[in-house]
Amino acid sequence: MKFKTYRRVESLDEAYQLLQEDRKNMVVAGGGWLKMSSRTLETAIDLSALGLDRIVAGEDTIEIGSMTPLSAIEADSGIAALASGILSQAAGAVMGLSFRNLATVGGSVVGKYGFSDVLTPLLAMGAELDFYGEGRISLEAFLKKKGRTADILKSVIVPRSLGPGYFKKVRKTRLDFAALNLAVVTTQRGYRIAVGSRPSAATLGEEAMEILNSADTIDEATIEKAARAVASLKYGDNPRASKAYREHVAYVYTKRAIEEVRDCED
Amino acid sequence: MKKKTFKTVNTQFPSVDGKGIMMGRPAYTDDFAPVDALTIKVLRSPHPFARIASIDTSAAEAMEGVEIVLTHKDFKRNPFTRAGQGYPEPSPHDKFVLDEYVRYVGDEVAAVAAVDEETALSALDAIDVEYEVYEPVLDFESAKGHDSIIHPEKEVYEMFPIGFDPERNVAASYHMEIGDVEQTLAQSDVVVEETFYTQAQAHTMLEPHTVNAHIDYQDRLVLFSATQTPFHVRRILSQTLEVPISRIRVIKPRVGGGFGGKQAIHGEMLAAAVTLRTGRPSKLTYTRQEVFESSYTRHPMRLNIRIGSTKDGRLTALDLQGLSDTGAYGEHALTVYMVTGSKVLPLYNKVDAVRFAGDVVYTNHVSSGAFRGYGAVQGNFALESAIDKVADKLGMDPMALRQKNMILEGETSPIFEVMGEGTEGTAMDMESCKLDYCVKRGMELIGYEEKYPRREVSEHKIRSIGGAIAMQGSGIPYIDMGAATLKLNDDGFFNLTVGATDIGQGSDTILAQIAAEQLEVPLEKMVVYSSDTDLTPFDVGAYASSTTYVSGNAVLKAAQQMRSRLVEEAARSMQTSPEAIIYEDGRFEAEDGSPGIDLGELATKLYYNEDQKQLTTTGSYYGTKSPPPFMVGFVEIEIDRETGELDILDYVSVVDCGTTINPALARGQIEGGIVQGIGMALTEDEHYSKKGKLISKDFLNYKIPDNYTVKKLTTEFADSYEDSGPYGAKSVAEIGIDTPPAALANAVENALGVRIRSLPITPEKIVAALKESRTDT
Amino acid sequence: MKIELTVNARRRSVEVSPDDYLVDTLKKLGYKSVRRGCDTTSCGVCTVLVDGDPIPSCAFLSVRADQRAVTTVEGIPETASALAEEFGQTGADQCGFCNPGIALTVHAMQEKESDTDDETIRRHLVGHLCRCTGYQSQHEAIKAYLGDEK
Repeated sequence: MKFKTYRRVESLDEAYQLLQEDRKNMVVAGGGWLKMSSRTLETAIDLSALGLDRIVAGEDTIEIGSMTPLSAIEADSGIAALASGILSQAAGAVMGLSFRNLATVGGSVVGKYGFSDVLTPLLAMGAELDFYGEGRISLEAFLKKKGRTADILKSVIVPRSLGPGYFKKVRKTRLDFAALNLAVVTTQRGYRIAVGSRPSAATLGEEAMEILNSADTIDEATIEKAARAVASLKYGDNPRASKAYREHVAYVYTKRAIEEVRDCED
Repeated sequence: MKKKTFKTVNTQFPSVDGKGIMMGRPAYTDDFAPVDALTIKVLRSPHPFARIASIDTSAAEAMEGVEIVLTHKDFKRNPFTRAGQGYPEPSPHDKFVLDEYVRYVGDEVAAVAAVDEETALSALDAIDVEYEVYEPVLDFESAKGHDSIIHPEKEVYEMFPIGFDPERNVAASYHMEIGDVEQTLAQSDVVVEETFYTQAQAHTMLEPHTVNAHIDYQDRLVLFSATQTPFHVRRILSQTLEVPISRIRVIKPRVGGGFGGKQAIHGEMLAAAVTLRTGRPSKLTYTRQEVFESSYTRHPMRLNIRIGSTKDGRLTALDLQGLSDTGAYGEHALTVYMVTGSKVLPLYNKVDAVRFAGDVVYTNHVSSGAFRGYGAVQGNFALESAIDKVADKLGMDPMALRQKNMILEGETSPIFEVMGEGTEGTAMDMESCKLDYCVKRGMELIGYEEKYPRREVSEHKIRSIGGAIAMQGSGIPYIDMGAATLKLNDDGFFNLTVGATDIGQGSDTILAQIAAEQLEVPLEKMVVYSSDTDLTPFDVGAYASSTTYVSGNAVLKAAQQMRSRLVEEAARSMQTSPEAIIYEDGRFEAEDGSPGIDLGELATKLYYNEDQKQLTTTGSYYGTKSPPPFMVGFVEIEIDRETGELDILDYVSVVDCGTTINPALARGQIEGGIVQGIGMALTEDEHYSKKGKLISKDFLNYKIPDNYTVKKLTTEFADSYEDSGPYGAKSVAEIGIDTPPAALANAVENALGVRIRSLPITPEKIVAALKESRTDT
Repeated sequence: MKIELTVNARRRSVEVSPDDYLVDTLKKLGYKSVRRGCDTTSCGVCTVLVDGDPIPSCAFLSVRADQRAVTTVEGIPETASALAEEFGQTGADQCGFCNPGIALTVHAMQEKESDTDDETIRRHLVGHLCRCTGYQSQHEAIKAYLGDEK
């Protein structure tokens, strides 16, 4: 990616104005994937002077600043204590450490990357996003919105009232993108299941959640039904895996996830 | 067998250059690029097969900062091969520096040299090309006789018969038969027939292909190149660009990995052409995408194998027939394919009949070329997978079947005489072969008795083991030649200059160890330099597992000559006869008890005080045989029976490479090879789009092993001594890569009962095979 | 744009474009140990430390190094030299192209981690691809180095 000017903004408002001014102005988060794009921009907007790289633990939520690098998420003890540490695991599963020192949670979220490992647990955890402009919106709703946002992500907010969780990244090597990733979390309102790298971006397994959350007991038959439901989400082919293999591992790991989470709860 | 206690060889020393490199000192080609060098960028074809109907470079040439734009119109039609082999080459001359045809996505169309990278890239955008697009050949199994002829040009030729038939898209072909295979198979109690596929594999050395060029003050063309073959580069540049060879100097500084990928010519032609035409220094470094897309890969192959056996497990016949995909150009087409038979089939030398045949075809894919273990790794996957199938059919333990049939010390195989590399072979007996020990020791180390074939360790996980044996060669007899020069300096230290090319494997270090051993001096007295076509003696380069054996023998000869010259000089100085001199550990003593002299003192006298002279000796060596190293590889895996995902718990290698000159570096060669083989077996794959464009053109999409891939490597060496090798050494560079594909395929079958016949062995293929086997039953 | 940074504790001032990457800026400044391996943040060859943290300099915008402290392997000679000794003991000293980056990551790990067990070493080093060694000899050498330093 090329750009003509670079602006380290001093306020969110300044960044917001720049974004509204010209569609060729863009926020550059960590910049890890900049080189992969051949676009030419007018102004790159840098938010790094705004103190958005902090993780703040509140009573009911943990608020992760959008410029927080993945390595800081991986290292944060408060986040590690949430949902069996699935967000820490997912952050730690991305590329190598030096990349994680660069890549930010905001970049992962706003980019809506299909291969993102952190989107999947965030979605399962019921994360909310706080935008300068639009205000608060659930990650679920954000992912369903088409197109690029002209608002600025301030933070990602995850609830603390979560039960046990499960995260799995299916991949060829440690440094690979996911062929599939899957997160299951128990919340006060029941199970939440998210599947990413299908290869399109993470989505909730709503039918499976409904099956589990309306069942009296989570027995083998219920788990089987839920796993089948997750396997019937929309999957596709890419060089990392075929549609058929994705369906298969989605099925297998959903079963294992629910069993593990259920047994943790007992 | 000669055996003695060594002082310097068979001993571990750190690499002579390891510290300086770790500390970031300038060492690699790009570190030496002149600051004012023009940056060269190459316009590459977006089509797998097309003719350049017109090309307009005027806008690019008019740009400020652009020094020159080169297209096919700027070059005489003088075909060469990039293969980087000796002369005459066994590869077809089918490549032009720039051509009006482009034959794969990534092929060269034009080159720009400009003051900086940004200008050069902008100039590429300004070149206007019209292509006449042809139907590409993207499936190697339908290449032969395809309507699209990839090399229709009249100038291409073979230097001697290699089965070159470009009209039918055949780059080379080969056939040999010993005994009567069909009849023997017909009379065998058991016949196994299997078809295997191996994929293209990328070398992915960390340093991309890099070259820079300048004209020196004597008006000579000087290249720094990250090459494995500086002397071949000099010759091929001279022949192709029609510059007198005496006007070219090629310097190979430290090279950041090669694995065969840098045996060939890559950017050298264009850098030389730019500098010759402009008179200005230039540099060309491939991007990682260019390394993937525009250098070359391992030859993908289809291999059909038939093995016959008596019912008590005596193998009777081997029949290996296949097809190899050389891509757009025929580098190493014949040699790689021949080695697929000749470095594999002699493992079972007691058969009554053996046949090996096949074609090497052109396609519109990235070219294939030399890559560590070439041919052998493909052939080994087929043979050693099929041997397990034979054992299964016989109800015999697969290692027992191997032990009953494999080659042993003192034996030979008729294949050695029939098949060489591109030519006829050389008969030889296995004077050192500890394969029997390797297998026995490997079984102990992996815990074969307890662990074979499988154990269930949890609801989802099974642990299993698989094994394979392998052989390689040590240089090509009567072809590969190396030379070394030793120069004595005052105070008794030496310069060892070699044409052998250290590319990271540690040859500078082990060659210095060989010289130090012979001259009985500490290693730090041996200052080694490689390689520079002006300053160092000739060597074919680092390939064919030849450096330790061929170049090492050259060093030993130079050192032996130096030792006798020193004894003569000491005798003169001590006023006695050479026969009366006892030399040990840097000191000369006389049998008669007259006063001795230290090497350092003698050397200083030689330069300053007495009968002054320079002592220099040169040794050259070419092999008259190619003693194979042997090994066994065993892998223990833990596999998920539902998802097919597997972890490698341990990879055991027991290797007979003769004496290990430097045990730590030898281990490095084996373990590096093993892990490359594991990458080929499990995760590495070249993906193309339907239109023939490479998708896996970066490290994000082409997955080589990382530090989590293998939990443990266990590497041991057999006690072995090869009389013809320097201090008993054979080669060790390539053999490590051979066993993992078959060993892993065998382990998967032992765990789950399914046989994966195409590489890589992915969880997805395992799951598909499991589903199929359930439907079958 | 002009940026001011320290490289290996030395103040440097350099003119950069907004879309320049640190790897190229450092090369221009003469730090030859910083080399390109892949351009997709995947190989670890171009690793340098920014304020003590390893980053891939092929993806780090030079403007972001303004007012920050950059360390290349030339700035940690003691670590590099001691680590090289251990690499020499295990045979991990092969082509060496990945070694300056590894030395920097090890240096940073040492500053950050009190307990450098096998998993910690693997986790820090995983971004450094090596095609020569098979990793085990590197791992053993790094362990030995960390053990010696304790």
